[in-house]
Amino acid sequence: MRMRTLLFILLMAAMAVSGFGQMPIFKRYYVADLPGMAWTADYYFTHAMHYVGAAILLALLGYAAARLAPVAGRITLSGWLRIVLWATIVATGLLRVLKNLPDMHLGPELTLVVDITHLGAVMALGMTALAVRLVGKSAYVKISRET
Amino acid sequence: MPKNTSTISRRSFLRGAAIVGAGALAAAPAVSRAGGQSESGEELATLLDLSKCIGCGACVMACREANAERYPEPTKPFPEMFPARVKAEDWSDKRGVDDRLTPYNWLFVDHITVNHGGEEHEIHMPRRCMHCTNPPCANLCPWGAAAKQDNGAVTIAPDICLGGSKCKDVCPWDIPQRQTGVGLYLDLLPRFAGNGVMYKCDRCQPRMAEGKLPACIEACPMDVQEIGPRSEIIAKAEALVRETGGYIYGIEENGGTNTVYVSPVPFEALEAARDKGKDAKGHGKGSQAQQQNQAGRPHLQPVGSPFENENMFAAAVFTAPLAGLAAGALKLFRKARANHEEES
Repeated sequence: MRMRTLLFILLMAAMAVSGFGQMPIFKRYYVADLPGMAWTADYYFTHAMHYVGAAILLALLGYAAARLAPVAGRITLSGWLRIVLWATIVATGLLRVLKNLPDMHLGPELTLVVDITHLGAVMALGMTALAVRLVGKSAYVKISRET
Repeated sequence: MPKNTSTISRRSFLRGAAIVGAGALAAAPAVSRAGGQSESGEELATLLDLSKCIGCGACVMACREANAERYPEPTKPFPEMFPARVKAEDWSDKRGVDDRLTPYNWLFVDHITVNHGGEEHEIHMPRRCMHCTNPPCANLCPWGAAAKQDNGAVTIAPDICLGGSKCKDVCPWDIPQRQTGVGLYLDLLPRFAGNGVMYKCDRCQPRMAEGKLPACIEACPMDVQEIGPRSEIIAKAEALVRETGGYIYGIEENGGTNTVYVSPVPFEALEAARDKGKDAKGHGKGSQAQQQNQAGRPHLQPVGSPFENENMFAAAVFTAPLAGLAAGALKLFRKARANHEEES
């Protein structure tokens, strides 16, 4: 496994843990009781951790988007599906960060939609990524036969 | 030593309250314009002048009466929780408790006797949700059940809340209170996720939607509270402090709140006079009995802004994708230039 793949997996793991850590489950299910894992039940810590991870992830996604743009015509169906899910996650995540700023206000209904959509898109992306990996169609771009 | 307190008994007060209440009713149209959102669209805040409060409890009674229909009616027996460490919280058999916050008591009056300036003061302090301007409960609620309304009130939707109590954990005053056996979790995974619904003051949103004042404000015979646009309330609070030499709590706490107290006694002294047992975040420092004694009774300690780190990281979150795009574009440009040079 290449180093950058490993780092991406670790980043996604950090995002998943800090994201799901926003739900009160790690204390309830003894995860926070494990030695060195008390931080998983510290909502402020996992929240800040999610922000830092999001900044790194967004930089990577921005880089990937720029690299994918010239080959947009060769993006696979499963690639487009995952891109749409990524875009949904990014848009809802940015809205949530915006809402959390002082003096910013989204309104309760929109906040609910943003929260549920963010969580739903993350779970859909996870399942989609697993499925395309299992069926061997995880490539985002069709490989040119000439190369 | 003089005692700076009212000698009005509760019974005599209630008699007088009926008269004052009738007068207040007649004056209601003059003040009800403040019940909804301000004309400027600014959030509404409340000012509580503690020098006026006689601790009669009329606000508590009015709150309970106005919100009784919204109190939880739990289904029993409660689902058995998994794991066993998750305990049910049941206040349904203790609905009469009115000396602390509970799911059935969203406002209580903290009676504090304190020595200050060589005098003994008896301060009566109505306590309920502070309605923060950037509320952690709403910002960190994973379901969006807790939310800040356009009028500045912070609410919890009982049909969405799962009762995980995160809002209480992140609230520096531990305001929301849980009742097990009600809410959405019963229809999902009642054994494994959720534990009821969290309840707290929402500044009488149903009444405010009708253009009425929150019940506690309307019922107060001493006009302890007033509500208005936040900037006006802050200006009034600061003018009151200048006029009386009093002290303010609530403007800066937790990044700012929409509940501003003005007291003739420093809040540090009031906090010191309360029973000890908890620190600002509710983590135990004292004995279990002391902590129990303070449960549901918000403290008066200074509270810093909870989202300083997040606000700092937010700038990075917004600029990161642009930086990534720029780096990717630069990489493409260099690659194209290299290809061009190779071809030529």
